[in-house]
Amino acid sequence: MIRLYDYVLSGNCYKIRLLLAILDLEYEAVAVDFYPGRAHREPDFLDINPLGQLPVLEDGDVRLRDAQAILIYLAAKYDGTREWFPEDPTSQGEIAMWLSFAGGEIMNASAARLHDMLGYELDIDKARAAAHDAFRVLDDHLTEREIAGRDWVAAMARPTIADIACFPYVALAGDGGISLDDYRAIQRWLDRVKAIPEFIPMPGIHLFPRASERAM
Amino acid sequence: MTKTTDATALHDWQVIGRVEDIPRGGARRTQLLGQNITAQRGPDGALSVFEPDGHNRSLPTRERHGHVWTSLGKPGRELPDMPEFEEEGRRLITCGAITVRTSPLRIVENFLDLAHFPYIHTDILGVEPHTAVEDYKVEIRRPEDEIWATECRFFQPQAATSAGGGQISEYMYRVTSPFVTILDKTCPIREGAWDLIGLFVQPLEEDICDVHSFVLVFDEENSDEAMLHFQQMIFMQDRSILENQIPAHLPLDSRGEHAIPADRTSMVYRRWLRDKGLRFGAIP
Repeated sequence: MIRLYDYVLSGNCYKIRLLLAILDLEYEAVAVDFYPGRAHREPDFLDINPLGQLPVLEDGDVRLRDAQAILIYLAAKYDGTREWFPEDPTSQGEIAMWLSFAGGEIMNASAARLHDMLGYELDIDKARAAAHDAFRVLDDHLTEREIAGRDWVAAMARPTIADIACFPYVALAGDGGISLDDYRAIQRWLDRVKAIPEFIPMPGIHLFPRASERAM
Repeated sequence: MTKTTDATALHDWQVIGRVEDIPRGGARRTQLLGQNITAQRGPDGALSVFEPDGHNRSLPTRERHGHVWTSLGKPGRELPDMPEFEEEGRRLITCGAITVRTSPLRIVENFLDLAHFPYIHTDILGVEPHTAVEDYKVEIRRPEDEIWATECRFFQPQAATSAGGGQISEYMYRVTSPFVTILDKTCPIREGAWDLIGLFVQPLEEDICDVHSFVLVFDEENSDEAMLHFQQMIFMQDRSILENQIPAHLPLDSRGEHAIPADRTSMVYRRWLRDKGLRFGAIP
């Protein structure tokens, strides 16, 4: 059985839960006391992932860290239709580019959230500014996709793991005091992701738009 | 940021962290009522709390109910008793400080509200169409000067980590001071027993607070981590709603607002705060 080392408030863990739900896969969740216990920095967990980060996925003999790597693995192995991670090189290259963006630039929004919510000490102005830079890039990109008649982050006609990877920390931006008011294309895209039939929420992501997400 | 002049808040006990947040040789620098404070523990385990910008004036401390308490003034009474903390067989899970950008009074008021369960904690603490709040009792108990709401009954699909399915939960709410509230709730696995869930709200400033929540339950099956995740999930479902409530300060004058019977605890809470002369985080 697939095992997910999980933290309920983590957007990176949530993206794995979301794909597991979409692919209708059963799994065992191992709850980790990320906060307040910081169990992910304790020796027991460092044996599992020396980087001390969540999530980690185990499937038989396979053990993977890094949310984006796990998305690729699950979609490539368990999505028989290959719609979530198509096999052609152009799609894979493009999806990898956005997975990297999800694990890189977008994580500034996660940092702002850790500061505002759990009291992490970091430069909050810098984190929010960098998150806005990333959101501007994403919003411009999604606007261009809409003009091209496409709804999703990658060029395909359907959502892919690129959408799943980018979604959580954009949707949770308000938790870190980052308003999405100026990003209309992002707001429309968030609604489309939430309308995926197998969509599941996480705490902080509401199925109805909150004031800061609502288009005027 | 300036220290409040609100005497009601100043002369009360306030929570400032979990016991384990201030380990031997460690410190927690935080805020209380607009004032910077530092809590530290010496190598011998002795706890001290002081105002670093107030000539290091040292403050009274208590370690009770799994948490550390202090006061910027002279409390006229001790912390309230919560005998369940001494009961054999209960497990205490403390969830750590979660910061919320709103008045500490909004946190307490939201906690007292049964009517939001089906909408905010859908399929867990409530579900449509079971949205009706049955009649319940609210009183101010003297001489403790505490608000008690009793005989609250509500249908819950997953009342706790230990719940095997839906149940009618009975609740008793208790507000012991403006920023401290706990509830007793039907234990899903032990007949006649009550599980305790509480919020100790640390007022940082008038419109921002650290919420220290805990559960004190009978549960022989679930791990500490599973219970922690459940409780944090529930609280985080509330957080973004709370941060979007306008105004952030709680209006104590309820004239002009429509009250439905489900809001009676909230009405009593606001009136009780007004009678105390509390102004911190409030619109008088």
